[in-house]
Amino acid sequence: MIDIAIYFTFGCFTASLFMNLWKILRAEGVGDRVLALDTMVINVIALIVLYGMKFSTEIVFESALIISMLGFVSTVAYARFMLRGNIIE
Amino acid sequence: MELVTVYEILIVLFLIVSGVFGIVGSFGLIKLNNPMSRLHAPTKATTLGVGGVLIASVLHSILIEGYVSLNELLITLFLLLTAPITAHFIAKAHIHRHETAEDLPSPGGDHGWATLQCDPKDMVE
Repeated sequence: MIDIAIYFTFGCFTASLFMNLWKILRAEGVGDRVLALDTMVINVIALIVLYGMKFSTEIVFESALIISMLGFVSTVAYARFMLRGNIIE
Repeated sequence: MELVTVYEILIVLFLIVSGVFGIVGSFGLIKLNNPMSRLHAPTKATTLGVGGVLIASVLHSILIEGYVSLNELLITLFLLLTAPITAHFIAKAHIHRHETAEDLPSPGGDHGWATLQCDPKDMVE
């Protein structure tokens, strides 16, 4: 039963990733693209944790933590770049 | 055996709810028609979806696998801390790029929008 639920959640987050990719390709402004990239990072974290649940490995959680930190820093850097034109002043 | 079934139902509930919230958040990113409305969908619904997956993973490791793994709580805490900061930065960039002080609603105080106002005396120091 847990396996079926994990596959269902895999499907949901994979569909979410495709929707985000569509949004990145067909967005109106750069702010929407940054937002879609941030959502992509969050969905990828969910996929990594689901992989760890499915195959009972614990080592992927460190990578999920690192990817969440990288996603936050990169989104802040993109927002700074949109706002100021450079990142480190 | 009975308890394992109850645990499984709990984990499955968390997984289904988080999957639905994740797909709703990403669908809202496509569907909503206002940039600031679109900001709501990923930062709230998708964060809740990932939080559900992480809680399900904690429960899975404790109740099914039989060991305590608290890395997921660290990821949950980090995501819940950083999602509002990200939304704030994107909203601030949107205000500075696309809005003027006349377009925005009045904040209802003695001053206007703080992010759009700049006192020249403050710039000197």
